Amino acid sequence: MSKIAKTGNEAMAEAMRQINPDVVAAYPITPATEIAMIFAQFVSDGLVDTEFVAVESEHSAMSATIAASSAGVRAMTVTSSQGLALMYEMLPIASGLRLPIVMPEVNRALSAPINIHCDHSDTMSARDFGWIQIFSENVQEAYDNTIAAIRISEHPDVRIPSMVTTDGFIISHCMEPLEKIDDADVKKFIGEYKPAVSLLNSIDKPITIGAIDLQNYYFEHRRSVEDGMEAAKRIIPQIYDEFAKTFGRKYDLIEKYKSDDAEFIIVALGSTAGTIRAVVDELRAKGVAAGLLKIRVFRPFPNNEIADALKGAKVIAVLDRSDPANTFGGPVFGEIRAALYDLDKRPIIVGYIYGLGGRDCTLDHLRSVYSDIQKIGKTGKIDKICKYLGLRE
Amino acid sequence: MATLKELTSDEEKLTGGHRLCPGCGAGIAARQVLLAAKGKPVVVAMATGCLEVSTTIYPYSAWQVPAIHSAFENAGATISGVEAAYQFLKRKGKIDKDIKFIAFGGDGGTYDIGLQSLSGAMERGHDILYVCYNNEAYMNTSVQRSGATPRYANTTTAPAGKVKNGKSQTRKDLTAIIAAHDVPYVAQSVVGNWVDLTRKVEKALDIKGPKFINVLASCQLGWVHEMDLAVDIGKLAVETCYWPIYEVENGIWKLSYKPKEKKPVQEFLKLQGRFKHLFTPTENTELIAEIQADIDKKWEWLNKMCGEACLPAGRSQEVKK
Repeated sequence: MSKIAKTGNEAMAEAMRQINPDVVAAYPITPATEIAMIFAQFVSDGLVDTEFVAVESEHSAMSATIAASSAGVRAMTVTSSQGLALMYEMLPIASGLRLPIVMPEVNRALSAPINIHCDHSDTMSARDFGWIQIFSENVQEAYDNTIAAIRISEHPDVRIPSMVTTDGFIISHCMEPLEKIDDADVKKFIGEYKPAVSLLNSIDKPITIGAIDLQNYYFEHRRSVEDGMEAAKRIIPQIYDEFAKTFGRKYDLIEKYKSDDAEFIIVALGSTAGTIRAVVDELRAKGVAAGLLKIRVFRPFPNNEIADALKGAKVIAVLDRSDPANTFGGPVFGEIRAALYDLDKRPIIVGYIYGLGGRDCTLDHLRSVYSDIQKIGKTGKIDKICKYLGLRE
Repeated sequence: MATLKELTSDEEKLTGGHRLCPGCGAGIAARQVLLAAKGKPVVVAMATGCLEVSTTIYPYSAWQVPAIHSAFENAGATISGVEAAYQFLKRKGKIDKDIKFIAFGGDGGTYDIGLQSLSGAMERGHDILYVCYNNEAYMNTSVQRSGATPRYANTTTAPAGKVKNGKSQTRKDLTAIIAAHDVPYVAQSVVGNWVDLTRKVEKALDIKGPKFINVLASCQLGWVHEMDLAVDIGKLAVETCYWPIYEVENGIWKLSYKPKEKKPVQEFLKLQGRFKHLFTPTENTELIAEIQADIDKKWEWLNKMCGEACLPAGRSQEVKK
């Protein structure tokens, strides 16, 4: 283990160097391009054994990654935003074929208007394609999650792909201290790749991958993706435990910060959790029972863990960094609200859409959210279930 | 080249029992291509299309070689990914077989939606053979016009009607587009000349790098002809110079066959219901002359590329004057 300074992109590229995938197919897209660039240099310098395919689009990046994974090797790609959107057709194919692909994905706003900065509109719109989705709060998590995701996706019971996300520029381009694991330890932790299916090993007994399923089989095969997702919910905490035992850093599906006895809890994903922590400390010093619930793993959705973590709260605010424009609220808000439905005593829950296109989410913004929900706690009155935060209206 | 006896005694790599239509050109093309591999280990990738949906209806598969399909527009990227995995395993000594990689796509999946993926695969230099089974429209979804559909053919998205005569544009010359990628081997062949197709596949599989063969393969449903005519119509396509067969090897263009006498295009058109509106109620000589002029122009151009003099036949003779 060594301590160095790295940006999120550098850290993810470093994790990929240590994973040393057999095939990487990638295409440039801000702000994730750097990961592919750094990795390509590793290839050119002979630091990895990877067959690097510099494809002509993200659609081809995911197609070639799917093909390589089907061929029987460990395959990765990276992307962001419009690139992820161009892959959309291929994302449910990767999960439907039960391929353990791991993809670093840098959260960035979707066009239009074109914007290169952080929000979660790209990742959130890919949330129902049978991919595990892991959000990273900082550079260290980006690195650790990338390594852990290999074990998660490749677990024989799971075998569905993972996207490990960071927040564009906020994490991808900001330098932070990183505790780097030694190469040999990463290699040992992830182990040798053992494909469940291999096109290239089937020359003597040929298999067909990607056959057409009609009314009689499609349903069962899509249901098997849910099997993988259910297994992931069980396996992810086990892998994180093993990660903690080996490397000392403890993670889980969700992360509670001073929320056990909190009356007022903000729920968030990604880098904003760090800012919320500072405001929680500030409020706690003033005697306010404030807390944070960070969702690290959004897919599979940890509904029971979330309900359990939030059941004692008085008022909850859910922050969504994407706007589905559905006149109800963000995707995280809607799902958390549903997760609380079975509680005997349901807390009040409101939603905020914030930070689109990289709009800063400041301490003041978050203070205003805590102040709002304290007011709701006192009066029991909600003027609007879902609001915008930091928007000029 | 393998003899017919050798080819017919080999184990079928695309078995019968698949659900392609009787007399389908695509099935003939795929079968001949695989037989031409003469027992070499082969891995196949497919674009979504007739060939794929008719041969892989789960839990059955007609493919006696490893085969992969994932989407419509990505046969180029798919075969690239499989080949990249192979290169990795070969380099690491984890695989010792000498495997050949063949992608099949229809004209929709190759000329149109898959062109970018194909172009990328060609440019990156993967050791692959891409075979387009070109039936000149989107047959799998009921005969919609594609970039490969010829002028004045009737299709469901460019139908002949009271004021329109089918597709108003000419075909895209995809073979020349791929030749412009400067890949080691590009060819046109046809269902109806098994010797030509077999020889070209054999040659292509012995060349390292990206290869492309564009095979005209009729579709009796979309071209609207008797179901036993696929081979005859393919031959006529060549005899009329509607579909010249040639190859471009390391930048050298060469005709594979030169008809002794170029037949008028009517002979090819009149057998097919997709051109019926050009013959009823009376022959539309003006439009047929336009089609003939397109063919003559292209034939002359191809002869120049191949360093050949144009044939003294029909209208091409006039062009020569």
